[in-house]
Amino acid sequence: MSRLAKLLGLLVAARTALRAAAGRSAPPPVTVESDVDPRRRVVPSSRRAEGVVALLLLIAALFAFAFPVIYIVSSGDTQLLGVALGGALLLLAVACIVAGKFVVPQETAVEDRGPLLVEEQTEEVIELIEAGGQGISRRAILLGAGGAAGAALLTAAATPLASLGPTLSALHETPWARGVRLVDDEGRPYLADEIQIGSCYTALPEGKDAESFGAGLLVVRLPAGFIHLPAARRDWAPHGILAYSKICPHAGCAISLYRYPTYAPTSQEPAFTCPCHYSTFLPGEGGRVIFGPAGRALPQLPLMIDAEGYLRAAAKFHEDIGPSWWGVHRAQS
Amino acid sequence: MNVVERYAHRRFERASRTAEQRVGMAAGIRWALRYVFPDHWSFLLGEIALYSFMVLVGTGIFLTLYYVPSDAQVVYHGSYPLLQGTQMSEAYRSVLGLSLNVPAGLLFRQVHHWAADVFIGAIVLHLVRVFFTGAYRKPRDLNYFIGLTMLMLAILEGFAGYSLGDDLLSGMGLAIAYSVAMSIPFVGGQLATLIWGGPFPGSNTFLARLEIVHVLLIPVALAGLITIHLTIIMRQHHSQFPGPGRRERNVVGTPMWPAYALRSIGLLFAVAGVLFLLGGLIQINPIWQWGPYHPYLSENGAQPDWYIGWLIGALRLMPNWELVIAGRTVIPNPFWGGAAFPLVVFGVLFAWPAIERRITRDARRHDLLDRPRDRPIRTAVGAAFLSWVVIVFAVGSTDRIFYRLGIPYTTQIHVWRVGVWVIPLVVFFATRSACRSLQRSGAHPLRAWEGNVVRRRPDGGLEVLGDSPDRIVPPATEAPVGTVPGQE
Amino acid sequence: MKRALRRWLTHRSRIPPALRLSLAVVLATMAVVGLVAPTSEGQSSTSATAGGPLPEPNSPTKSPEPPGAGNPTRSFPDSPALRAQGFTLYQASCSSCHGIALQGTPRVAPSLRGVGAGPVDFYLSTGRMPLEQPREEPQRNSPAFTREQIDALIAYVASFGGPAAPTADPADGNLALGFRKFTLNCAGCHQIVARGGITVGAQAPDLQEATPQQIAEAVRMGPYLMPHFDSRQLDQQDLDSIARYVLWTRHPDNSGGWAIYNIGPIPEGMVAWFIGLAALVLVARLIGERMDEPV
Repeated sequence: MSRLAKLLGLLVAARTALRAAAGRSAPPPVTVESDVDPRRRVVPSSRRAEGVVALLLLIAALFAFAFPVIYIVSSGDTQLLGVALGGALLLLAVACIVAGKFVVPQETAVEDRGPLLVEEQTEEVIELIEAGGQGISRRAILLGAGGAAGAALLTAAATPLASLGPTLSALHETPWARGVRLVDDEGRPYLADEIQIGSCYTALPEGKDAESFGAGLLVVRLPAGFIHLPAARRDWAPHGILAYSKICPHAGCAISLYRYPTYAPTSQEPAFTCPCHYSTFLPGEGGRVIFGPAGRALPQLPLMIDAEGYLRAAAKFHEDIGPSWWGVHRAQS
Repeated sequence: MNVVERYAHRRFERASRTAEQRVGMAAGIRWALRYVFPDHWSFLLGEIALYSFMVLVGTGIFLTLYYVPSDAQVVYHGSYPLLQGTQMSEAYRSVLGLSLNVPAGLLFRQVHHWAADVFIGAIVLHLVRVFFTGAYRKPRDLNYFIGLTMLMLAILEGFAGYSLGDDLLSGMGLAIAYSVAMSIPFVGGQLATLIWGGPFPGSNTFLARLEIVHVLLIPVALAGLITIHLTIIMRQHHSQFPGPGRRERNVVGTPMWPAYALRSIGLLFAVAGVLFLLGGLIQINPIWQWGPYHPYLSENGAQPDWYIGWLIGALRLMPNWELVIAGRTVIPNPFWGGAAFPLVVFGVLFAWPAIERRITRDARRHDLLDRPRDRPIRTAVGAAFLSWVVIVFAVGSTDRIFYRLGIPYTTQIHVWRVGVWVIPLVVFFATRSACRSLQRSGAHPLRAWEGNVVRRRPDGGLEVLGDSPDRIVPPATEAPVGTVPGQE
Repeated sequence: MKRALRRWLTHRSRIPPALRLSLAVVLATMAVVGLVAPTSEGQSSTSATAGGPLPEPNSPTKSPEPPGAGNPTRSFPDSPALRAQGFTLYQASCSSCHGIALQGTPRVAPSLRGVGAGPVDFYLSTGRMPLEQPREEPQRNSPAFTREQIDALIAYVASFGGPAAPTADPADGNLALGFRKFTLNCAGCHQIVARGGITVGAQAPDLQEATPQQIAEAVRMGPYLMPHFDSRQLDQQDLDSIARYVLWTRHPDNSGGWAIYNIGPIPEGMVAWFIGLAALVLVARLIGERMDEPV
């Protein structure tokens, strides 16, 4: 890559040198200042234009009057109301523009720009301000003390901002812990047996806040051939049922795309994809990223099946869910 | 004068004297009435933005009266069948009620949203005009910085505004904004939890705070900056293009009263009229079709409003680089596209006056503008930079392009990762070449140039020199070469 | 003709030749990159596609879910004559990929034994099959067969076993329930008002032409890369409601005016620029002066 950049730089340099040698430069800019006197004043005196303006104003009045009528009669039909008011405004606009161009006197005037920096006045101002310090001997100390007071006051003013936020420890927490049961969006708990291969389930923690960032889970079942988990996670997926955080570790959207092939040899293996920036994760390989901008794998939640056959979390998440930040706990394996 | 006119004149005279006896501003009013505005149409783009802002404030006041900034969960039992029995926040329900049950409520909501899109678009057009005509040079660099600051504030303001509704689409956007805040190296965690009052989706005061930002803090800041912006313009007088009678030290144009004021008011009505027509006739942000936001929900094809589109493109385009040192994530991935990219873009824009001063070694005051073609390098750099941003913006739509045209999403991303650097290079060379060519030919860039290059002979006749301006080098001593479009 | 050609070849372009050449090189490079970029998106190492132990040679990776116990099913016409007709049609149009005895062809097409009536009706009535290229995504098309021929093929394929075809009745569904279920399970691929979307590896179609029967069949079987949903995950009431919602999306409530295709901020931005700002710039040009006009 850097070789390519160097080559490009060489080419540009060579070309610049050649062209400089050939003496060919860009044509000079257009001459700017003009001595022509542009002042003029034209009085249109057009009765026709005046009539047009009057007519436009009257029609605008009709449209504007229609607004309250439509409001009452149709109890607020958006389209009709918009046409009434928008039409009135546009007609007013045309009336003003026609008046501004064809009815009132048209004049081109010249005004002097005037200087911005007037040396004498600026010097006077500076002297005036500095005269306010006449007779003061300990300038340096006063300036230093004033600066310290100002900085301290600014810091004090900014301090209440800290009250606005909580501590960072909450970023590592989710509602999931050992024993929390997985339920669907209607609160019904999931039986391990009902998790079908080829389907995708959204699970929430029973009895906890469903709106919490870490609450949503994706649950799928894969045949053994698609599961290649690291050794440390062998018992995280009982009966091939895998659970992952539903929140994308890239930018926090809910992952809501799941593809499962009808016939694997002519299409692709099962994967989750996030609809926001299309990060794609393999549920069979611990949430590994195979495409897209996500910088971390999708966090996996260890599962267990309780005595009655319901799915429960076997432990907390072993890493943080959600987007990365300075203190995010990344997966170990 | 007839009776009506005499009556009106008497009343106006009395009213003016009454006011003067109390305020004594005749001298100032006289100055304002005779104030000269240069007349080029491209100087009105900033006014389009200003008038859009006025429509935003006016319609926004109406909306504030209905919005409830609360994320308390309620169950909907209103008039809309699609959402019967659905759990949602009070905020979403209030916007739903405003849109579906309040007469003229949807009109004002849609006008407000269209006005936001047009407002930022007008600012961008105005910025493009200012850049390509060199209007940011001394003494207007200060105002240029103020304008850039207003652009940043306007983008934030728009994002905050459409996120207040707590619908599925804007909720996804807030999650992404949270992630970008989190991705800022070292301090991102604190910053994000500070803004949201905790981990996403934030505390129950988040929407109320967002509303205060959107309704009070940023509008006041914008109003203040607009006032300063306009005051500086009035003090310096507007810049102007070279032309008959125009010099660096004068302003040639139309006096404020009566023509310019009428035209400007006409533009105000036109902006309001277009926005109300759009608001009534074309649907925007139909949140009742998206449903309420929950962190475990999302939909395909979710997009931010257009002025955030450059960021979604950047986030999608970036490869999955995250800088991890000793277990600490120093640079999470969303930082590149969501924070670094806009910082670079605005950084370059802010630094440009100084960069140009350095390169051209020209720190003088300029009040006459350049035609873009007269500064080929600046125009080419600007065009290349703009194309870079526009390409990133376009990448944000690659999913719909896959959907419509069948070009695989992954292929498009790989191609654009290369194209986003190559195409601006091509644009640079093409633009510079076009500028130089236009300088020589004097043709209007958007009209096909047909005809001959002729020279007027001393005896009054016309001598045809040829049919292509590139071949003609007018001799310096002769009378200027003229062009006769359309004549053979 | 020859003169026009000569003029076109010798026409003096304003763009310098060096620039034209570099532009050509750049475009060619991009074309080459685009062509050689891997078309199999998001494919991991090939070992994952080796698949697990298949219960039967060349069976599909996922099978259609049966309708729940007691759920209404759709029965298609069946008779020996129909099966015979189906056999003839099958051998002519389907056997080249799916095998003479419905056993499939390795790495080309899955076996159809035991798929039942639902998938056959879905793929054929939406025109997704016959498929030109085995590795292509099957997409909605005008059906290659008449309704009678489809019934014949259903009768033939279903004679090899498989679950009954599911069905859905929108009239029995609840619109709000359908919207909630659709948002949770379907909108991630198909977009919130069923205007279609993409995933890495496939396009998820818009559902504006889907009939309730096709919706029920697709939900239970999961065509191509789509997951399937059994009756415990989405019961009959859910299915009816989803069908009702999908039908509703053909004419969503667009009380705001012209809906610009219901796909959100992209067309909205286009309207803001190409209608709103364009109109206002036009007004500005009418108000203001232009450089080439006399003062």
